[in-house]
Amino acid sequence: MNDINSPHSMGTTIIGVPYAGDVILGADSRTSTGLYAANRDSDKITQLTDNVYLCRSGSAADSQIVSDYVRHFLHQHMMQLGQPATVKVAANLIRLLSYSNKNMLQTGLIVGGWDKYEGGKIYGIPLGGTIVEQPFAIGGSGSTYFYGFFDQEWKDGMTKDEAEKLVVKAVSLAIARDGASGGVVRTVIINSEDVTRNFYPGDTLPLWHEELAPQNSLLDILSSASPEPMVS
Amino acid sequence: MDTLLSSEGDSQRTQYPYVTGTSVIGFKYKDGILMAADMGGSYGSTIRYKSVERLKQVGKHSLIGASGEISDFQEILKYLDELILHDNMWDDGNSLGPKEVHNYLTRVMYNRRNKFDPLWNSLIIGGVKNGHKYLGSVGMIGVHFEDDHVATGFGNHLARPILREEWRADLTFEEGVKLLEKCMRNLLYRDRSAVNKLQIAKITEEGLTVSQPYSLKTFWNFAAFENPTVGATGSW
Repeated sequence: MNDINSPHSMGTTIIGVPYAGDVILGADSRTSTGLYAANRDSDKITQLTDNVYLCRSGSAADSQIVSDYVRHFLHQHMMQLGQPATVKVAANLIRLLSYSNKNMLQTGLIVGGWDKYEGGKIYGIPLGGTIVEQPFAIGGSGSTYFYGFFDQEWKDGMTKDEAEKLVVKAVSLAIARDGASGGVVRTVIINSEDVTRNFYPGDTLPLWHEELAPQNSLLDILSSASPEPMVS
Repeated sequence: MDTLLSSEGDSQRTQYPYVTGTSVIGFKYKDGILMAADMGGSYGSTIRYKSVERLKQVGKHSLIGASGEISDFQEILKYLDELILHDNMWDDGNSLGPKEVHNYLTRVMYNRRNKFDPLWNSLIIGGVKNGHKYLGSVGMIGVHFEDDHVATGFGNHLARPILREEWRADLTFEEGVKLLEKCMRNLLYRDRSAVNKLQIAKITEEGLTVSQPYSLKTFWNFAAFENPTVGATGSW
């Protein structure tokens, strides 16, 4: 029985954080079908234009098709406009598709980018097609695990390094607890000059509670450890 | 409704709300209408968004407050924008007042309900035109009425009783704000989806103002609250 009040849980962790006029987007890399991780290396941060990117969560198919259509419309829009699209226009096109097809789509999206009028901006577009401009946005099933963390740690006026560390830390905290999130942490930094993609493999992420440093083999532990490592 | 790339194959569909706003309260006072709403956007039981503006101006004379699905409210604001634009384009010196806006929205809501495709909102429209104060309410099934004080959702159960006791037609602005805050504080204690960040809007013949967001103090320092189960261990 579908409880009218409970939202659909969405596989994934996605984040968008503006800092110092620019923007950083982050995501995990797991795509799951039921309990199986169909892709452990997904790229959930999709390009819409040179200066606007999209974090996708929820149904992979729905988020891909929405991003494909909006990329197409934005391209046409820019041909007519003669200059780069603004983040606001991109976000509103996403909203248009999400809202008009709300009964069929199951995708929560975060639009982030840089344009010359407003600088770095983030828009959240959750299920249903509400559009919300926010100082930072988090989404996907993994995001529930760091609402409190973000409430505490986010502050206005962070530097690029602070913002990126925050994003990577948050996604890795979610990966630690959310079965639907995993793999690597990808970040995309967008500013007035260029776009930088970063890649943090799972084994470079910090360790959290009850996690142990990875080893090659028990044999390494046995050979280096104290005389009585095996307990009977 | 003209939609971009949507198929109109479903003949019967009622949606589920996703991002929702809770109560709105409004009442007439000496100089016009006062309305209050908090700034929460809930996502199921999570309080996901805490800066959602649910009180908006409509044309020169009206104020709308919305609860329910925020995306549908955003769409309603677009419809109202178009309505006001066309009204302005007549350039005839006349402008739509709150009664007209309320009536328009009633038709929109009722017609969507008849197609089993409602706009999942409860709306309050208030305003003053030519000295005449107007306050009305319309919901997702098209039920609509006018009154001296109205509320949506939980506000009907928690705020209206207070208003029935304490509302008067000649309330000053200060008295009105205190009365709204009394109601909003009550909602904050008892409504799970309430958020302690609210806005109060006032509309008079002169114009409309929406306050900056602010928070209310709450009171927990009652002797009875400190050790409520001391006489009945195991109770709550």
